[in-house]
Amino acid sequence: MSIRLTEVRKGFGTKEVLRGFTLGVEDGETAAIVGPSGSGKSVLLKHLVGLLRPDSGAVVVDDHSVPELSRDDLARLRRRIGYVFQFAALFDSMTITENVGMGLRRLPGWDRGRTAARVLECLGLVDLDGLGGRYPAELSGGQRKRAGLARAIAASPKYLLYDEPTTGLDPVTTSVIDGLILRMRDELGVTGLVVTHDMTSAFRVADRITLLHEGKARFTGTPAEVRTARDDVLRGFVEGDPGLYYGLHGGQQNGP
Amino acid sequence: MLDFLSKPLAVAGRGTIGALGSVGRAWTLFAGSAGAMRHVDIWGPHLFPQMARVGVASVPIALFIATFTGIVMSLQASYTLTGTIPLYFVGTLVGKTMILELGPVLTGLTLAGRVGASISAELGTMRVTEQVDALETLAYDPLAYLVVPRVLAGILMFPIVVLLAVAIGIVSGWFTALQLLDMSTPEFVKGLRLFFEPWDVWFAVIKAVSFGAVVTGVGCFYGLQTERGAEGVGKSATQAVVVGSMIILCLDAFWAVILL
Repeated sequence: MSIRLTEVRKGFGTKEVLRGFTLGVEDGETAAIVGPSGSGKSVLLKHLVGLLRPDSGAVVVDDHSVPELSRDDLARLRRRIGYVFQFAALFDSMTITENVGMGLRRLPGWDRGRTAARVLECLGLVDLDGLGGRYPAELSGGQRKRAGLARAIAASPKYLLYDEPTTGLDPVTTSVIDGLILRMRDELGVTGLVVTHDMTSAFRVADRITLLHEGKARFTGTPAEVRTARDDVLRGFVEGDPGLYYGLHGGQQNGP
Repeated sequence: MLDFLSKPLAVAGRGTIGALGSVGRAWTLFAGSAGAMRHVDIWGPHLFPQMARVGVASVPIALFIATFTGIVMSLQASYTLTGTIPLYFVGTLVGKTMILELGPVLTGLTLAGRVGASISAELGTMRVTEQVDALETLAYDPLAYLVVPRVLAGILMFPIVVLLAVAIGIVSGWFTALQLLDMSTPEFVKGLRLFFEPWDVWFAVIKAVSFGAVVTGVGCFYGLQTERGAEGVGKSATQAVVVGSMIILCLDAFWAVILL
């Protein structure tokens, strides 16, 4: 198991966002965590790169217990993880080329020539050829997301974490981004974890889908299993039915 | 029944916990930044650009303020001394006051506004747009990349800006004495040299170094603590200026007690 979260709990002040979340992601698999905005999906993702520490529970990536790593070991692990931020989080004072090359600068053996060649290759992979000289503010939302993806894959990571990769994008651009996520899995063989509230996107890119509900993994299954599941909360979320999701039509069923 | 007591106590308790939390976070930032200094490959390339931003770009405003401070000091000294003490003491007052107090403190307070707010707003924007998180995921230590070069630039450049301000303040005081007070250059210089001690200059430099560390460090601290979007960025910038200015004034008194 490449990524393993076991009984993870995390609170902010008096609000407990994660209440014993458990999930495993296999090598080469792309998993999706779905749930409404504010359910703790991004919080979960940040635990995997050590940006947040759990109050309790285990967070294991590549056989390393992330919360227990020293700063240097965490930096080494992060070089094997690419993180695509919800709003791209590009460095706005740098060009796209500088952004994409940022993670390579500190890697041993990466001189200017090799870095420049890799940046061009990554920009090509996300169809941003010729836009490397622009600043983030000069790109559209979809282009910024793709630049963020190019930056995340530059160091050839083993894992890619996507935080709401299609939020705020039009359906066509969403489809392009989904295609890129599949391409990363199929061509680069990376293990992916996508958090999203976009079910169309989740069905398209994920091998397995987990619903995060009230801080726990409510349901995990393949896209086909999710489509046929009888769990009211899951059905409510997939179908966008608040009555089912919030249990306004009567009792809830637990499990598929 | 004891509501009248419990409410103020609760407020005081929350305030104390908040203040202790800030001290703890500030200590964590300080210790982390000291540890991050070993990453010279990260902060090294950013030191000179930061020195230009923190120091060189601050020279015009610092000199503008020093010029007018020198003029006013000269005129007020003359107003106070005329008819009681020889006029060459104008040079003494202008020199001593500019070197020991007004040069460092006015420059420090000015740069707390210019540099402290700028650093806080920049880092705050990076924080709320997840650029700081992005740095971490790319295996950069944000303290080495963002804090160390800015604080070092403050420590290195504040003394230079302060000494320039002191020099310009004295020159403008001298020029005012010549043009408006009917004093001669030898008279002004006589007063200037009367109680001059080389240690005074070192005193100004020590204060400037501490002010540089405080202004940039406080700016970084509040910038990295920023939460909740544009409003949070504005709040952080304000806090950086207010707290930076307060610490400068406290340090000013501290150094006077310790070193004079």
